[in-house]
Amino acid sequence: MEIDREQLGVWGAPLTMRVEYGKIREFARAIKDPDAAYQGDAAVAPPTFLMTIAHWAEGGMSGTRAVKFDYRRLLHGEQEFEYVRPIRPGDVLQARSRVKDAYEKPGKRGGKMAFAIQETEYTNQRGEVVAYSRSTLIETEGPVQA
Amino acid sequence: MKEGDALAPFVVENLTRTDLVRYAGASGDFNPIHHDETFAKMAGQPSVFGHGMLTAAFVGQCVTRAVGVANLRRLKVRFATRVWPGDTITCTGKVTRAYEADGERRIDGEVVATNQKGEVAVSGTFTAADPG
Repeated sequence: MEIDREQLGVWGAPLTMRVEYGKIREFARAIKDPDAAYQGDAAVAPPTFLMTIAHWAEGGMSGTRAVKFDYRRLLHGEQEFEYVRPIRPGDVLQARSRVKDAYEKPGKRGGKMAFAIQETEYTNQRGEVVAYSRSTLIETEGPVQA
Repeated sequence: MKEGDALAPFVVENLTRTDLVRYAGASGDFNPIHHDETFAKMAGQPSVFGHGMLTAAFVGQCVTRAVGVANLRRLKVRFATRVWPGDTITCTGKVTRAYEADGERRIDGEVVATNQKGEVAVSGTFTAADPG
């Protein structure tokens, strides 16, 4: 992993995600969650729904300029969500990301492991922060093993 | 809720390849290692395996069934071992702390998803407004 210290903490350009009822229903069904909270006129998004923005926003997530990964050796180690306000169908979310921290340390089986904490802030159409997500990405020395 | 209270277990029996394909479509995560058996085997895996975030969603459901999604303030998961087609995933958890913060009664807890062999697939922690 190459780390550009100058870029650590710098927010990337925001991406837009329009939250649709059908997408919430599809997602709730895929995660096998029949909760009435994800249905009907007062539906909200399930807790891990925000992961979809990483795949649906055009051009992928921003804010990774601080680190250059070798994707063949990249693991998703941890994922954290902080919930501030409900996310509902019709919301137009802006997501901006930054690499909050990046560091290397010795691996358990020799070699070194590199860690990057990527934080994304989600804001709705009223300018209110609705959530934060934080991903811990781990680059291993050798190929990824199960 | 109070310290030591258990969350009701949430069980997903016999995870199927169709479940993985459905999650790929819903999430947009089309990494072929999760749906393309030929690709997975060429990458040295015995078969396709589950998206970590799908198991994380099961863990989330175990928490929201107990506290209600509107009360969830924070969810953090750590990915441990992989989940394979045919696995049965059991999510369990408990309240570890009850306290006051930001003008509301809060609880912290821990939650874990294990496979049928008792191996931890995903472990996590959460913070919620106390549902009472």
